[in-house]
Amino acid sequence: MSTNAVPVATEQYNYGIVKKFAIMAMIWGVLGMLAGVYIASELAWPFLNFNIAEITFGRLRPVHTTLVIFGFGGSALFATSYYIVQRTCQARLWGGKLLPELTFWGWQLALVLGVITYMAGYTQGREYAEFVWPVDLLITVTWVVYFAVYAMTMVKRSQPHIYVANWFFMAFILATALLHIFNNLAVPVAWNSLESYSLFAGVQDAMTQWWYGHNAVGFFLTAAFLGMMYYFVPKQAGRPIYSYRLSIVHFWALSFLYMWVGAHHLHWTALPDWVSTLAATFSILLLLPSWAGMINGIMTLSGAWEKLRTDPIILFLVTSLAFYGMSTFEGPMLSLKSVNALSHYTDWTIGHVHSGALGWVAMITFGSFYHMVPRLWGTTLYSTKLVFVHFWLATIGVVLYIVALWVAGIGQGLMLRAFDQYGNLAYTFIETVTFMHIPYVVRAIGGAFFLSGILLMSYNLYMTISGARQSASAEGRDAVAAAAR
Amino acid sequence: MIGDIFAWLGNMENSKPLALILFFSAFVGIILYVYTGKRRKRLESYKDIPFMDDDELDPTRQKKQQVKKDESTNGK
Repeated sequence: MSTNAVPVATEQYNYGIVKKFAIMAMIWGVLGMLAGVYIASELAWPFLNFNIAEITFGRLRPVHTTLVIFGFGGSALFATSYYIVQRTCQARLWGGKLLPELTFWGWQLALVLGVITYMAGYTQGREYAEFVWPVDLLITVTWVVYFAVYAMTMVKRSQPHIYVANWFFMAFILATALLHIFNNLAVPVAWNSLESYSLFAGVQDAMTQWWYGHNAVGFFLTAAFLGMMYYFVPKQAGRPIYSYRLSIVHFWALSFLYMWVGAHHLHWTALPDWVSTLAATFSILLLLPSWAGMINGIMTLSGAWEKLRTDPIILFLVTSLAFYGMSTFEGPMLSLKSVNALSHYTDWTIGHVHSGALGWVAMITFGSFYHMVPRLWGTTLYSTKLVFVHFWLATIGVVLYIVALWVAGIGQGLMLRAFDQYGNLAYTFIETVTFMHIPYVVRAIGGAFFLSGILLMSYNLYMTISGARQSASAEGRDAVAAAAR
Repeated sequence: MIGDIFAWLGNMENSKPLALILFFSAFVGIILYVYTGKRRKRLESYKDIPFMDDDELDPTRQKKQQVKKDESTNGK
C-alpha cells in the first residue's frame, strides 16, 4: 500500500547538512552563553577566577565571543542559508555530499581549535579574530568551499529570479572572505610556531582591525541575519514581504554604507581626523537603510497583528526587529565624536553590542529555528507554550542586561570626566569600579535569564526531534506489519 | 588633454571625490531603476518566491496530504 512512504523532500533537497549545522548551533549557543554568564560573574565576583589561568576573564572572553558569534551565529547562518538557498532557488545544494560536509567539519574543527588555543593562552590579539594563523588558514579554505557551494547552487536554480534573502547571504559570504583575509595577513614567527606578527603596524593596524571588526558586525551579524529575516518573517506570517522594491534599496544602501564606518571605534586616537569624521557621517547615514529594513519586516505583519497574540514565533521575529531598530539608532548616536568621548572605554559599548547580539541576532535565530526545525524533521513543535516562556525569559534577560550596562557605562563615563572645584579629577579609578558592582551583578542575572531561555529551547527542540524519530520508526513498523499481513 | 586626465586619476588624493561620484551615481541609478518606469509589477511579483517552494515537497505538508489521501481511501 504505502509505496510512496519515503519523503520526497529528503531527496529533492539536502536537509542532512542543514540539520547538522542547526544542532551544532544550539550546542555552541548553550556553551558560548554559559561562558558569557561565567565571565560576567567573574567581573562581579572576581574570586570566581580561582587563580586558574585558563578560566580567567582574558582567556574565557574570546572563548565566549567566538562561540556565540562563530559557533552559534555562524552555524545558524550555514544552516539557514543552505535551507533558504535550496528552497528559494528550488535546486538541490551543489557539491554532492562531500563539499557541504567539508564546510561543516572545517567550521567545527576551527571552533574547537579556537577554544583550546585561547584557553591555553594563544591568541592573535585581534578582537573577534583571535584565531592563530593555522586556524585562519583552515577557515579560509572552509569559506572558499562555502562560497562555491552557495554560488553554484544559485547558478543551477530553477527559479529565474534570485530572491533577496540570497543577495544578503551572498554579500555576507563575499564581505566576510575579504575581511578575514586582509585582517589576518600576518607573518608567522616560525613554521612550527603559533605566534605571528601582523603585516600592518601602528594606526594602520588599528584601522585594519576595526575595518574588520565593524564589518563583522555589518556583514556577519547584520546582512546575513537580514537574509534570515527576509525569508522566515514572510514564511511564518504567511504573507509576502511588505515591499520588494524597498528590500532592493535596503540591500544596496546597506552594502554601500557599512564598509566605511569601522573607524568610529577609534575616535580621539592617532587616527587622521577626517577618517573619524567620515566614519561618523556614514554611521549616521546607516540609520536610513537599517530602519528601512526594520520597517519592511515589521510592516509585513500589517493587517495580521493579531498573530502577535497567538504565535510566539512571530513574537520572536518581530521583537528581534524592534531590537534591531533600537540598536541601529543607538549605534549612530554612539558614533558621534562628542557622545563617544563619554561612552568609549565604558560598558555602554558592551551593552550596545548585546542589545544587537541578544535582541536582534539571537532572537531572529530563535524564531527562525522554531519555524525551520519542525519542517526539517517533518513534524510539529513539541510545545508552543515553552516558546512563550522562552520569549519572556529572553526579553527580560536582554532588558536587564542593557539597562544594567547603561547605568554602568554612563555612570562610569560621567565619573571619569568629573572635576572638583580646583580642577582635579573628582573620582579615583577604583571608585568607578566600586560603583559598577551592582550593575555588574544585574548584568550577570540578565545573562542567566537569557541562558535559561536557550536551555529551554534546546529541550523543546530535542523533544521535537526525538518525537519525529519515534513516529518515523513507528511508521516503519506499521509498514512492515502491513506488508507481513 | 588626455594626459591631464590620467595625471589627475593617478593622484591618490583624487580617489576620494572620484569614489564619491562613482558610488553616489551608482546608488542614484539603482533608486531610479527601482522606483521609475513600469517595473513595479514585475519587481513586486518576486516577493512571492518563498511561497513557491514546491509545497508538496514540504514534509509537514506531505504528511497532511498523505493523511487526507488515506482518509479518502478509507472512506471508500
